[in-house]
Amino acid sequence: MAELMYWEAIRRAHDEEMARDPLVICMGEDIGLVGGTYKATTGLYDKYGPERVIDTPIAEGGYTGLGVGASFLGVRPIIEIMSVNFAWLAMDQMFNSAAKVRYMSGGQLTSPVVFRSPGGCAHQLGAQHSARMEKVFMGIAGLRVVTPSNPRQAYGLLKSAVRCDDPVFINEHELMYNMKGEVPDAEYFHPLEGSEVTRPGKDITLFAYNISVHWCIQAAETLAKEGIDCEIIDLYSLAPLDRAGIAASVRKTHRAIIVEEAEAPVGVGSEVMAIINEECFFELDAAPVRVSARNVPIPYNRGLEKASLPNPNDVVQAVRKMLGK
Amino acid sequence: MTLDDKKRLLREMLFARRFEERCYEAYVERKIGGFLHLYPGQEACAHGVLEAARPGHDYVITGYRDHVHAIKCGSDPKAVMAELFGKETGCSKGRGGSMHIFDVEHRFMGGYALVGGPFPLAAGMAKAIKLKGGDEIAICFLGDAANNQGTFHEALNMASVWQLPVLYVTENNLYGIGTRVDRSTAVQEQYKRACGYNIPSDRVDGQDIDVVYEAAKKAVDHVRSGKGPYMLELMTYRYRGHSMSDSNAYRCKEEEKEWGKRDPVIILRDRLIDAAAITEEEYQVMDKAIIDEIENEIIPYCENSPEPDVAEVEKYVLADNDPWVAGGKQ
Ligand SMILES: Cc1ncc(C[n+]2csc(CCOP(=O)(O)OP(=O)(O)O)c2C)c(N)n1
Ligand SMILES: [Mg+2]
Repeated sequence: MAELMYWEAIRRAHDEEMARDPLVICMGEDIGLVGGTYKATTGLYDKYGPERVIDTPIAEGGYTGLGVGASFLGVRPIIEIMSVNFAWLAMDQMFNSAAKVRYMSGGQLTSPVVFRSPGGCAHQLGAQHSARMEKVFMGIAGLRVVTPSNPRQAYGLLKSAVRCDDPVFINEHELMYNMKGEVPDAEYFHPLEGSEVTRPGKDITLFAYNISVHWCIQAAETLAKEGIDCEIIDLYSLAPLDRAGIAASVRKTHRAIIVEEAEAPVGVGSEVMAIINEECFFELDAAPVRVSARNVPIPYNRGLEKASLPNPNDVVQAVRKMLGK
Repeated sequence: MTLDDKKRLLREMLFARRFEERCYEAYVERKIGGFLHLYPGQEACAHGVLEAARPGHDYVITGYRDHVHAIKCGSDPKAVMAELFGKETGCSKGRGGSMHIFDVEHRFMGGYALVGGPFPLAAGMAKAIKLKGGDEIAICFLGDAANNQGTFHEALNMASVWQLPVLYVTENNLYGIGTRVDRSTAVQEQYKRACGYNIPSDRVDGQDIDVVYEAAKKAVDHVRSGKGPYMLELMTYRYRGHSMSDSNAYRCKEEEKEWGKRDPVIILRDRLIDAAAITEEEYQVMDKAIIDEIENEIIPYCENSPEPDVAEVEKYVLADNDPWVAGGKQ
């Protein structure tokens, strides 16, 4: 197994899928000649040419709609939106066209399109470049939402998303493109639904996804030294959420904390809590808790920014509190 | 413009150049974080247009490359630099950062990070001016690549239909990050796009402040006299990368050299030297005084300014004590 960086894993998935199927194309701002803001498409322009690796104008609503339209005729576009903050401009086409067309047409039309975009907060990018929008995408019927926490998932999820006939939104992270991790040498397709046990444990479950998985791993290491055994569940699929996986872990540990980089209202945490209520309320030994961001537009100042976002220590504190330690 | 005006403008443009260069250094020293987009090469655009308008009176809005526009509107450079340092004394109280300079007192209505966002906002401000009956105009500065957003077309159409007092300035520096304008845009002469909305427009050299000023005068007069919107395209070039994280690898060195010869600060300086309005020595003295001001006043001010109080992280999210939140005054 080779170690790849997150961006290299994404690049490899693009390359394999484009080599296999001439109707797989990719498009986005500065993805061609320049190779992509986070390098995820480097070298593809030279290899596949400008008809299939398309540098778009700055017109998110327009090129997203164009990609969705192409997908109606069986093209499989991988649309990169440079930052998830710009996806607000593309949402009409994502939601009203891609996500609904199968249903509206009574199953005649499908939109096998992939949207990929980095979300999350990097460092001091300010209010208009720090959105965490997974909560917005995951509430739309007809759209799948996945969010890789490591290079293996980044590779395998993109591979499956390209092959899948549904529109898939892949929520990446600005700070994770240079993260290294093992990726199988052989072709690998990651399931688009389900969840993964990142770390088995018996005392408490930490539900996490994307970057918060790493905060939880750090927190679990600290807590292990105190004799607290955390289970970490990686919710790489946000839509649909893995109801069975969530319930299974709660039945095992009887305690749940949801760790999300986004603000609490109407988020992954609220949704997981609702699922716990619906599936296994009487298994709980304590009321579930969310570790989330403050409900503010992210400030530029570094100190304020840090104060706005959750971190591994917040997870440690929340666990100790829940266990009365 | 009198020779004295031009001498003042030379100082302002040179100040803008040195200010931005100092931002670059401060970024490298990690005093400034986030995304930083600098203005060197384009100084004659903001200065020429706003010189022809009424800075501090007219409403100005732009994108993320916004420091110099704010300063020309009357913002204190100390408050702009302090914003970049993320300090409480910054014009946006350290909450905004480089891409979000705001100075409403000077009617600098902000820098916005989403490409194309300000087009309709400018039209909206122009609508408000019209409703309120003022003699101000709204001026929107954006780049060439922004004109491919739907908002450009939607805003120009509305501005024209409703005859709004708004001036759209395209600072055409030939690139949107790494994509050259001819790879993204069907009509290279951007000013021609305005005719689709029946808006008069012009394209001029954006490196020569005299030329920018003359064209802007005509544009501003048109808008202020109630004849509706106008679009002005200024041909220019940025001397640095798109932002600090951009190496400019996509641009050829010959092109950079050619545009380097047309440095707006040097063009004006040489013209004033030829007119015997200033000597080379006086220019050097001016330059030194600017660098001293930045180094001895602005930077120490920023260094010594307080950080925002972390306890106030939720301040400014919503209005404080708005009685209508409870359904009105009881
Ligand atoms: C809606 C949106 N899409 C993409 C971006 C990323 N981006 C920032 S600046 C820029 C290029 C803009 O070029 P132009 O309008 O010519 O202005 P310039 O930077 O050259 O001054 C891009 C693509 C963004 N900030 N907002
Ligand atoms: Mg440009």
